[in-house]
Amino acid sequence: MMDRYTKLQMVGIYACVAVFLTFILLPFFEMFMASLRPLEHLFRSPYQFWSDDFSFDAYKQMWVTVPLLGRYIFNSIYISFMVTGLTMIFVVPAAYAYARLQFPFKNLSLGIFLGVNMFTGAVLLIPLYRVLRTMGLLNTYWAMIVPGVAFLIPTGIWLLRSYLEKIPRELEEAAFVDGASRLYTLRRVVLPLATPGLIVVGVAVFIGAYAQQFLFAITFNQTRELQPLPAGLYEFIGYQSVTWNEMMAAALVGVLPVMVIFLFLQKYLVAGLTAGAVKE
Amino acid sequence: MADVMHADSSATTKRERKTIPESLFAWLLVGPAMIFIAVIVAWPLAETIRLSFMEAGLGGEKFIGLENYQDLAESRKFHQTIVRTFYWMFLSVGLKLVLGLIGATLLNAAIPGRALFRVLVMPPWVIPIAIGCIGWLWLYNGYFGVLSGVMMHLGITDAPFEFLAQKQSAFYSAIATDVWVGVPMVTLFFLAAMQGVSRDLYEAAWVDGAGRWYRFRRITIPQIMPVIVSMSLLSAIFTFNSFEIIWILTEGGPRGATTTLIVDTYKTAIGNYKFGEGSARAVIIVLLLGLFSLAYLFFLNKVNKKYGVK
Repeated sequence: MMDRYTKLQMVGIYACVAVFLTFILLPFFEMFMASLRPLEHLFRSPYQFWSDDFSFDAYKQMWVTVPLLGRYIFNSIYISFMVTGLTMIFVVPAAYAYARLQFPFKNLSLGIFLGVNMFTGAVLLIPLYRVLRTMGLLNTYWAMIVPGVAFLIPTGIWLLRSYLEKIPRELEEAAFVDGASRLYTLRRVVLPLATPGLIVVGVAVFIGAYAQQFLFAITFNQTRELQPLPAGLYEFIGYQSVTWNEMMAAALVGVLPVMVIFLFLQKYLVAGLTAGAVKE
Repeated sequence: MADVMHADSSATTKRERKTIPESLFAWLLVGPAMIFIAVIVAWPLAETIRLSFMEAGLGGEKFIGLENYQDLAESRKFHQTIVRTFYWMFLSVGLKLVLGLIGATLLNAAIPGRALFRVLVMPPWVIPIAIGCIGWLWLYNGYFGVLSGVMMHLGITDAPFEFLAQKQSAFYSAIATDVWVGVPMVTLFFLAAMQGVSRDLYEAAWVDGAGRWYRFRRITIPQIMPVIVSMSLLSAIFTFNSFEIIWILTEGGPRGATTTLIVDTYKTAIGNYKFGEGSARAVIIVLLLGLFSLAYLFFLNKVNKKYGVK
């Protein structure tokens, strides 16, 4: 058949896949290896491929070296949850309007939302700093939540809109005929049907929120106790030396929450995110 | 049809309901998000434009007209930064597209284990960039990192090689990390597009005796062209805006070798408190990004016409 490969072709494909995956996974592998080695053996030059004293000590010691580590991980998750919740509150009604209703300036306003995607926070940091200062939000959780929400709303609207468009209209029309108000139809008919889509978009927003904290944290927040993990990790870089093994251990523990969520939902997530790439 | 039904039902049920006009309802739904974006994005953007005509710092503001822009136009250093930024963008986006295309083709091959391979490609996309960069910092370390270690074992260098300490190697190392962050998304979008191409096309070509390479060139590429164009623009925007990677790896150094426009803007405004000069740079970034988007819409339109998509 068409898809049949010769033995040689198979070997070639697997070899290429191996090279590709090595590039993708090498940093993770090396982070893990570094986290297993005692510090003094990490600092051996030239590089050794194998040590005979691997241990998980760094995973215990890291909580002592950076006492606030647990707090940082909590902060990361807390900020992401808040960002996700708020984003969804803004996204759900707006996405519904764009998916179903006709109104003036529909395309223009959608274009404006998507235009926001062009900027990263880095371009707007100066005035954003002032806005947050005026609102008295600097050095609070909100300093990291509020900008986070703003930059995730456009993506959220875009993703949820394409999901809602796939839900058949008949049920809504039936509810409307039965005398349900618009809001009631949205709450009681559309949202329950859209639950899988809401979960996918929510998780995508959560992962985005978890990933984008660094810039806002280092610019808008000086309070140590409120720092999220990506910023807090830099405490392992001391004045004298860097405790690399513990930093790597902490980094790996820190990505665990998103990796777990992601592994469970990856099939739906990828399908939802790439939906626009597939022709109907 | 629907209108008739609505008219019918309201006439028969007699239940007078408070339906508000569709367009008002729609704006009530969209409004909150719009206002939020206006306060957090649009207003700061307007402020940035205003500040770019000011001499502004911690002390206060003074209107100086176009002086900030004039300074930039005359600065040789700024010209170098622009050239470097475009070089950075074209190289990185080019690599992401080529590697993404290769990766997607590999993952699309009907081989055992491909579901697993697909999952293994994704981690750089999912984890925070700041954390991935810590891994790369370690890889690039001259004394203890694996890359320099392998080079020493192979005899390519005798002394530890610090990737981030020299101008050239720092630049290309930052590119490699940027590509690493961007490739998974490009790969997965290409893969999704490839899987959406109708099998009939391939089978018809296969029956006619077309080889794999021919089918790839004449069917796959044209069919996924709209996605290739979209991904080019998206990657260009991300790469142009790529800040965290450079900041964590090199902070724009050594001696400015990795200072792109966005890093320059951050250093000027946040690092040196020159808000006015920083804002002028930010405005230039916004203008350039706007140009990309226009070019993108133009190309997408052309591609859609050529390949008959909608």
